[in-house]
Amino acid sequence: MSTPSPALTEEMRQQAIGLESPPFTTDVEKGAIIKFAEAIEDDNPVFNDEAAARGSKYGGLIAPPTFLRSMGAYRVPLPFELPFDRLLDGGSEWHYFHPVRPGDRITVVARIEEIKERSGRLGTMIVTTTVTTYTNQLDQVVATQASNGIRY
Amino acid sequence: MKGQIYWDDVTEGMDMSPLVKNPTTQQLVKYAGASGDYYQIHYDKDFAKGNDLEDVILHGALKNAFLGQYMTDWMGPLGSLAMLSCQYRGMDSPGQPITAKGSVTRKYQEEGRNLVDCEIWLEDTAGQKTTPGAATVELPIR
Repeated sequence: MSTPSPALTEEMRQQAIGLESPPFTTDVEKGAIIKFAEAIEDDNPVFNDEAAARGSKYGGLIAPPTFLRSMGAYRVPLPFELPFDRLLDGGSEWHYFHPVRPGDRITVVARIEEIKERSGRLGTMIVTTTVTTYTNQLDQVVATQASNGIRY
Repeated sequence: MKGQIYWDDVTEGMDMSPLVKNPTTQQLVKYAGASGDYYQIHYDKDFAKGNDLEDVILHGALKNAFLGQYMTDWMGPLGSLAMLSCQYRGMDSPGQPITAKGSVTRKYQEEGRNLVDCEIWLEDTAGQKTTPGAATVELPIR
């Protein structure tokens, strides 16, 4: 490997941790929720069928748990170049606090929590943990998602 | 509506019934459109091969969505999902079934909520757990 070692210095790490994306606000459309539920082939009526969802504990349609991923803006650009151009999604952890409904205005902010160099089956890799916070128009945090992006 | 499971009836160690998903290349295209994730390794085989992959692969977030469905199906209309996590350990390609499985690891009450922790995963046809994860749900009581 011609990759310098380490590719990520402690100074770079400190530069990156705490960086946030500019807030990005988007409306949740009913059609987008239904399309998302169709795409993941989830026939739960609470995600697909307004009439049936009226009788649910939510009183109407809500978004499936991972729908917020489609709100975008979850990757914070790094303030430096890294010698890797491939990117993989390592996984994520969601915490849910309020349902997401059609007509909600969701503001998305992503923040770099941690960045580390590791070696694994893909060789040297840089793992970035980003926490994305989704807040609705009532100032309620509806969900957070911690995700691990892997550059290799 | 799916049936309702109650916190009272859950026991630690109990298995959850599996959910089989049958992802196709068409589903990956639909998911790309619905989620806005247009990374070509999910629908362009030549591009995937150029990235040292044998075939296009499922979006990690689609597998996350399958596990989300697994939990929302299991907890029933009166349950609430509090936490959902997964790691993408192995890649999965369309054209073969992938099965969500799981079991209850902990049953407890906290701040007036009746909670259950589950160990969940997606398994390929060879029995490999390509996508292990965990979830916490709040369930109603009888």
